[in-house]
Amino acid sequence: MNKTLNQKAWFFVIPVFALVAFNAVVPLMTVVNYSFQETFGSNVFQWEGTRWFKEILHSERFHASLGRQFIFTFIILLIQLPLGIAIALTMPKKGWGVPVCLILMSMPLLIPWNVVGAMWNIFALPDIGFLGNSLNSLGFDYNFTQQSGDAWFTTILMDVWHWTSLVVLLSYAGLNSIQPAYYQAAEIDGAGRWDIFRYIELPKMKKVLTLAILLRFMDSFMIYTEPFVLTGGGPGNATNFLSLDLVKMALGQFDLGPAAAMSLIYFLIVLLMCWVFYSLMMKDEGRT
Amino acid sequence: MKKIKWVVPTFYIIFLMLPIYWLLNMSFKSTTEIINVYSLWPQDFTLDNYKTIFTDSTWYMGYVNSITYTVFNTIISVSAALPAAYAFSRYKFLGDKHLFFWLLTNRMAPPAVFALPFFQFYSSVNLFDTHIAIALSHCLFNIPLAVWILEGFMSSVPKELDETAYVDGYSFPKFFFKIFIPTIAAGIGITMFFCFMFSWVELLLAKTLTATMAKPIAAIMTRTSSTSGYELGLLAAAGSLTILPGAVVIYFVRNYIAKGFAMGRV
Repeated sequence: MNKTLNQKAWFFVIPVFALVAFNAVVPLMTVVNYSFQETFGSNVFQWEGTRWFKEILHSERFHASLGRQFIFTFIILLIQLPLGIAIALTMPKKGWGVPVCLILMSMPLLIPWNVVGAMWNIFALPDIGFLGNSLNSLGFDYNFTQQSGDAWFTTILMDVWHWTSLVVLLSYAGLNSIQPAYYQAAEIDGAGRWDIFRYIELPKMKKVLTLAILLRFMDSFMIYTEPFVLTGGGPGNATNFLSLDLVKMALGQFDLGPAAAMSLIYFLIVLLMCWVFYSLMMKDEGRT
Repeated sequence: MKKIKWVVPTFYIIFLMLPIYWLLNMSFKSTTEIINVYSLWPQDFTLDNYKTIFTDSTWYMGYVNSITYTVFNTIISVSAALPAAYAFSRYKFLGDKHLFFWLLTNRMAPPAVFALPFFQFYSSVNLFDTHIAIALSHCLFNIPLAVWILEGFMSSVPKELDETAYVDGYSFPKFFFKIFIPTIAAGIGITMFFCFMFSWVELLLAKTLTATMAKPIAAIMTRTSSTSGYELGLLAAAGSLTILPGAVVIYFVRNYIAKGFAMGRV
């Protein structure tokens, strides 16, 4: 759409700008402020320069939780995207099955995150949980509160349960927007199922899939509440992801300076990754 | 081929329903039964857990609080985002692209980063422990999302609609409320759904900004693990009840979801 130049449009944006600035600028500046100072309680501050940034960037603890975070997010994207696309492809296209599928599949998205954690906790407990009890009676030695492998398995399964539906809904919408003419043309050309997927469905879903990757990346990279309730970061530090570690540092140990520096580094990483996705997405939009 | 197709969604839905069933199952058991007997359905069916929640005001007020701030937030986010999304979809103006990305960056900010400054900030403006504080703080991620979705919907409405209306002598406000808003009603519905959803499920900020008066139900739930041991039955009942508002909202927007996803950006 060709847009007209109109500087008065700013007036339309003012309410949004004011509300978001109110929420974002002051707290963000507070974080920036803390990141350069040392506190001794009772509002005594001392300038520390870039000391906290250097410390965080060289600390083993930060490297470890950042590493865990990247591995977790990578596994999540690797499982949820193909699974979501597969489910969207096999979902009914019309009839009573559509609303049933949509309603049931959206359910996990609307459950408060700590309830998700609590639900999976009692679902996976080795003695009274269905998952834990079943796995143990099948002969697996499963206990997510003791063994770090099991804790990872449970956290990933929980996230797949929680968020795959978002990828399904987005892919389903993308598939629905394809005109029947494309399929008819493919049939005339004698294209197989794989060719239809590769050359028609996948390119048409590109936009919604980029969005799905963007949203899933952001949210899995910021994951806090669910693992906090499910495992609390344990056993040991096995599932201590970035947000968990950050909150432990800021509110648990009250190390405001290092925590603020870590917040900024964390935010910059998310921002950088998202900027890359965003520019890719916008470049595509400009072309079509 | 036709028959095999049903297998994947069916298994997926079973997988989705299992933990929810387990939670419901536990909510109808007494805590002693949960701990001592492993069974796939309640042996000694009881409604006591639900009775406790509906008679104890510290419990049911949690639901009232959560619904109050969620509704506040949805109204604020959508009404602020409507004119902004219109501006982004129709006009070019100084810094529009940068502003749009800046808005989105706030959707990307990890709430953990903001938890402590938010607490201090809202305390200093005397809004701590009020519904409006949570509603405002959730604007941080809901407004960018609302602007984004609405902009997608508005851009799919041809500009000729605006021009014809002006030629017919409509003033801008009359055009906006009488013609434009009804045209994108489905989009507004979807946006409200998403705002409701993200405000309803968020806990970190809601918990940080409240003490007693506006405490959300999800934060009250954490109480069961600290006092009087681990009351699993109550916890399960409270959890089951948090699923309800979401289910009601989905039921109302079920016809819009697929259509809305296809039209807009989300």
